[in-house]
Amino acid sequence: MNNRQKISALSMMFRILKRDITVAWRRRSDVMSVFFFFIIAASLFPLGLGVDLKLLHSIAPSVLWVAALLSCMLSLPRMFETDHVDGTLEQLIISNQPILLVAMMKMLAHWVLSGLPLVLIAPLIGLQFNLNMEELQMLALSLLLGTPTLSLIGGIGAALTLGLRGGGVLIALLVLPLYIPVLVFGSGAVNAVTMGMSASGGVALLGAVLALALIFAPLTASYALKISVE
Amino acid sequence: MNLFKYASPQTFYPLAGKLILWFAIGAAILILVGLYIGLLVAPTDFQQGDSYRIIYIHVPAAWFSMFLYVVMAGYAIMGLTFNAKLAYMMAKSIAPTGAMFTFVALITGAFWGKPTWGAWWVWDARLTSELILLFLYIGYMSLQAAIDDTRRSDRASAILAIVGVINVPIIYFSVKWWNTLHQGSSINTSGSSMAAIMLQAMLIVAIGFWLYSTAVILTRVRREIEERARNTAWVNETKE
Repeated sequence: MNNRQKISALSMMFRILKRDITVAWRRRSDVMSVFFFFIIAASLFPLGLGVDLKLLHSIAPSVLWVAALLSCMLSLPRMFETDHVDGTLEQLIISNQPILLVAMMKMLAHWVLSGLPLVLIAPLIGLQFNLNMEELQMLALSLLLGTPTLSLIGGIGAALTLGLRGGGVLIALLVLPLYIPVLVFGSGAVNAVTMGMSASGGVALLGAVLALALIFAPLTASYALKISVE
Repeated sequence: MNLFKYASPQTFYPLAGKLILWFAIGAAILILVGLYIGLLVAPTDFQQGDSYRIIYIHVPAAWFSMFLYVVMAGYAIMGLTFNAKLAYMMAKSIAPTGAMFTFVALITGAFWGKPTWGAWWVWDARLTSELILLFLYIGYMSLQAAIDDTRRSDRASAILAIVGVINVPIIYFSVKWWNTLHQGSSINTSGSSMAAIMLQAMLIVAIGFWLYSTAVILTRVRREIEERARNTAWVNETKE
């Protein structure tokens, strides 16, 4: 087998992303379960709190953001796990490809599969909480800027706990404290709109955190992957 | 003199053994003196009465909860850059003491808050950040405990400590921003300027805590060295 052709980094990144999404799509129930978890978790709050629309309206940004946080976290163990179990990850690391790009694409795939669906469905759930058009737009925008950060930071946790027993609960312990700024800025931006204030501060901070995470998280996760696989 | 002589567990072990006693004695004396001045000599606060006196434990504990996290992350960086086993052991040994101080700071803060603010807990930016700091310590210790292979657990938890220390300022400012958005801060924690004797007592306790931390951490590092090097000749020779 000497006819291995050298593939460019860009084409490799695209292939990893395509492969991850294809594999996930063939086991749709995994992706869908996270999606439905978000809907169910958000719907539990009205059941627990009663039907006071005013109260529901005021807590909606926080409830939807916390539900998004938890659903993103639930699917984190899957980011590297299956590839680790069947040896694909090891092959990717010993192949001459930069592991940084592999980690980056895995994070992107995670976001496409569990972050993006939430961004799309959240406005619909928001309607149940009596949010108006402006608030729904801000909710979608804040989730669009915030959920990639969740996938990026979560990737570090997933890489660190790769192959450990009880990894799922451990990820929650490691990652949830680090998620706090995203939760604060994200739900804060929507709350600001609810209170008739400018949300630009929250949106800018969400973008800043995303930019920081984009630079440092793949780097850290790739280093953590090397430690975990070695 | 070779500066790195004591970077090896074998030379560090006996040195630490000798130092622990002195740190422990110093810690006991300073903490007792500091608390004596704080609890019996320092004047009663005209606003808060005697309930303020818990700050002689609370404030130094809060300082050390943060300081020890930074030191832990420093050792984690040292471990990753120089691949120094002793640095990893130091980081691992610091975590329980840091978590303990965080817990003490939170509990004493609650005891102080009840008579002063009328509530055991308020969602003040500092309190909340301190609580999150406790979560970070717990995450670090859980990760360390979950990995059986020491080489992997050392390095993985070192990365977590570094990620945590970068996040601490971001978390602090996010909580502060969240706090100002949700409620006007009705409570001013800074208060009036402090009498000199109060500050002195607090500093003496703080130095005592520092010596205490060092003594406890060195003891823990020694146990760690014994465990990891249990199959080497020198550990079996120095058995006590």
